Amino acid sequence: MKIGTPKETFAGERRVAMTPDSATALQKLGHDCVIETGAGLDAGFADADYKAAGVEVVKTAAALWKAADVVAKVRVPDDAEMKRLRDGQTLISFFSPVADEAKMQAASKKGATVIAMEMIPRISRAQKMDALSSMANIAGYRAVIEAGNNFGRFFTGQITAAGKVPPAKVLVVGAGVAGLAAIGTSTSLGAITYAFDVRPEVAEQVESMGAEFVYLDFEEEQQDGSSSGGYASVSSPEFREAQLAKFRELAPEVDIVITTALIPNREAPELWTEDMVASMKPGSVIVDLAAEKGGNCKLTVADEKIVTDNGVTIIGYTDFPSRMATQASSLYATNIRHLMTDLTPEKDGIINHDMEDDVIRGATITHEKAVTFPPPPPKVAAIAAAPKKEPAKELTAAEKRAQEVAEFKAQTKQQVTLLAIGGGLILLAGLYTPASFMQHFIVFVLSVFIGFQVIWNVAHSLHTPLMAVTNAISSIVILGALIQIGSNSGVITFLSIFAVFMAAINIFGGFLVTRRMLAMFQKS
Amino acid sequence: MEFGFTTAAYVVAAVLFILSLGGLSGQESAKRAVWYGIVGMAIAVVATLIGPGQGLWLLSLILIAGGGVVGYQLATKVEMTQMPELVAGMHALVGLAAVIIGFNAHIEMTSVLAMDEATRKATVEGFAGLLAKKEPVEFTILQIELVLGIWIGAVTFTGSYVAWGKLSGKVDSAATQLTGGHMLNAAAAGGSLILAIIYFNMGGLLPLVLLTALALFIGWHLIMGIGGADMPVVVSMLNSYSGWAAAAIGFSLGNDLLIVVGALVGSSGAILSYIMCKAMNRSFVSVILGGFGGATGEQMAVEGEQVAIEADGVASALNEADSIVIIPGYGMAVAQAQQGVAELTRKLRAAGKTVRFAIHPVAGRLPGHMNVLLAEAKVPYDIVLEMDEINDDFPDTDVAIVIGSNDIVNPAAQDDPNSPIAGMPVLECWKSKQVFVSKRGQGTGYSGIENPLFFKENTRMFYGDAKASIDKLLPMID
Repeated sequence: MKIGTPKETFAGERRVAMTPDSATALQKLGHDCVIETGAGLDAGFADADYKAAGVEVVKTAAALWKAADVVAKVRVPDDAEMKRLRDGQTLISFFSPVADEAKMQAASKKGATVIAMEMIPRISRAQKMDALSSMANIAGYRAVIEAGNNFGRFFTGQITAAGKVPPAKVLVVGAGVAGLAAIGTSTSLGAITYAFDVRPEVAEQVESMGAEFVYLDFEEEQQDGSSSGGYASVSSPEFREAQLAKFRELAPEVDIVITTALIPNREAPELWTEDMVASMKPGSVIVDLAAEKGGNCKLTVADEKIVTDNGVTIIGYTDFPSRMATQASSLYATNIRHLMTDLTPEKDGIINHDMEDDVIRGATITHEKAVTFPPPPPKVAAIAAAPKKEPAKELTAAEKRAQEVAEFKAQTKQQVTLLAIGGGLILLAGLYTPASFMQHFIVFVLSVFIGFQVIWNVAHSLHTPLMAVTNAISSIVILGALIQIGSNSGVITFLSIFAVFMAAINIFGGFLVTRRMLAMFQKS
Repeated sequence: MEFGFTTAAYVVAAVLFILSLGGLSGQESAKRAVWYGIVGMAIAVVATLIGPGQGLWLLSLILIAGGGVVGYQLATKVEMTQMPELVAGMHALVGLAAVIIGFNAHIEMTSVLAMDEATRKATVEGFAGLLAKKEPVEFTILQIELVLGIWIGAVTFTGSYVAWGKLSGKVDSAATQLTGGHMLNAAAAGGSLILAIIYFNMGGLLPLVLLTALALFIGWHLIMGIGGADMPVVVSMLNSYSGWAAAAIGFSLGNDLLIVVGALVGSSGAILSYIMCKAMNRSFVSVILGGFGGATGEQMAVEGEQVAIEADGVASALNEADSIVIIPGYGMAVAQAQQGVAELTRKLRAAGKTVRFAIHPVAGRLPGHMNVLLAEAKVPYDIVLEMDEINDDFPDTDVAIVIGSNDIVNPAAQDDPNSPIAGMPVLECWKSKQVFVSKRGQGTGYSGIENPLFFKENTRMFYGDAKASIDKLLPMID
């Protein structure tokens, strides 16, 4: 199959869906690669680099769309590109089945297969193709960098000869992939970082990144993100109120706010209201990563940076990944490459579009002239549902005591029963057997008893030496043979010779090998 | 010399043997304990040689010396990975010796019985002298003891021989049985009982020989029906049998030291078997009868895929990790990878990381097998921990490396009540942040069940021969 990547047509988009590295990997799967001239230029990949990686470079977009069986790109295709899409072609790109429904219908009518990178299910084995996460990671990092660029102070607190500098306080709202990346960047720059999320189970992740989780005083059971595939869902009005109240309390203190709250296929929720912006200190910065979906702050203007009357900068850029085009392209291209690996299971350059596969099924929105969105729920749950924790019942002192007494009683009963049975049996044996046997028998029983007492204390790690030693001393049967060897009967002497010889092998072999083993055990 | 002297010497020897076993409770005291055992044995042998009724002591000494040479050769040449076979092979020798001594006692007894009253009185020499003093009831008891000694000895002999063959790879280690299975064993056991009764009533060599033949068959067939991974139980069971055989011989010879030592060894083996069975959560009977008990229902399906990883991935994870736990299994022994593992441990420890080993009680083919291998490779024993000591630490572990073990790290034992190994205590390595499994291929473990560990999100499969894999990994660790 021929995989092609056109130059992105969307204004300001600098990313590219194929890099020389990913092309090399794709060729290993048996595919051919083709790219439009200049497609990688903005991302820092020259045509020559592609040629060196064995990629065919074509002059025009039209030629590329014609040549490629699979078109991999970043942004949703524009109208001109939709016209070029043809029957039997596979398109892999970001493609929102809700916002771009008309285009999806058109593609399905044409008979093209569309794989939407947004729709890759969030299950573990699909993580390697999860472009939303890899782009969100970049966005989160870049959001902090942009904020720092527009923030007039240090992130880290310093005490210098020229005076004391307080550390910046950063609040990250929404601890998804972007949020966590922002938290990581912000803490590593030295800022005091707070983070909030409606899903309480992420508190641990937030704290692991070095930020402080902002807890609400809220009684109602908070939502469990696992039911919605790890994404947040809409919260109740009471919860929202409690959340806003907390933010109002924090607004005058924080210097930088990074909002990343998104709910799949919905407008971004308003979390940072106008009065909060008004109560912030001049010079503060808000970076709204949800700007594309209307923004978590109503004042946000998509794709622009504005400064409010009280001197708060609000950044509403929607192209953070594109601002780090080289990095974003190589991650995105790798995601595409992993997807192609799953599509070409035999590595023979033939695409097997397996609609039984959870990941491929989930991401495919049109296939064989039919719209296949929405997909059925995946067979594997993304995240295990949090088990309802039953707190272990604390036993009261009295109960504990009662338990101990019962245990002790049971133990005593068991021991006494065993002793009674054992004693009875021995007495019975004593009645019918001669005294000479009983003498030996007593020795035997006592030895077994001593053996049990002693062996329980042997360390687990010394079980092999124990076996070697017991093996060596079990050749004590040599005594029997030694006693017999002096017999008058030739047969007995003859047989005894063998017995003595074998037992002697055992004695020496057993002890020597034990010594060898024990000598090896060394303390560090 | 007087009889009193021999008995006194036996008491000393018995005490030394008990101290010898008791001393194995710690690595340091164990080194002393072996000497107790050696001295005890020397005292016992010398006391017997110069004791009453002993003749041909020069021949005896030569034989002992000859056996010593062979034993020395064996003990110094053996590889530590071959330990299981050596132990099994030596059990066979004890079993055979017990059988021979039993037969000797029988021959002697027949000859004494054949004597008339006067000659019997006159006989005071050696074992015959001892026999001559016996009452008729005592002869019956002697016969019972003889039969027991010979029977157990014979089972031990063939059983150990088969175990040796399986462990050294000379016999296929899979469980194989003749048609008829355990019915054959039961029939042979029943036949032995009938022959024993005939022997008690009539005496004579023939029933005894037939009985021995049946016992030899049982030993062979029983162990043939037990698979490789159950060998820890088998070897400790045979160890126990060799002890009981010695004790039974002790009864028939009227020798207390034999009884004491036999009982010590017998109980030691029994305890080891019990510990091994408990570690597998299986009853002794089910191990001996071979194969795993049938599953009681549908097993949980395993979801996900096995994700492979290359050496560089493992190396970078190890370079970043702070705490590492290594879980070795039989695969490490097979691949002779212990030296590489030890070298890896040294390098990681030199880099300031915490490296520990987690040993499951039934890892390997012999109780404590892994400990001996790691000790051979000079891994300090204080970082080698037991399952109970380390299981709680897995959540704080960055990287767990599973080398050639399978069932002992199978989460199904805890999660899936229908799994054949449900309830078996396992090492909870999947709780650590990342798990690498060094394994030859995608096959299942001994029990033939899928291991969900390999499909977990935080598990990566590092395919290849354990030794080759570790050697590839070593240069990448800094």
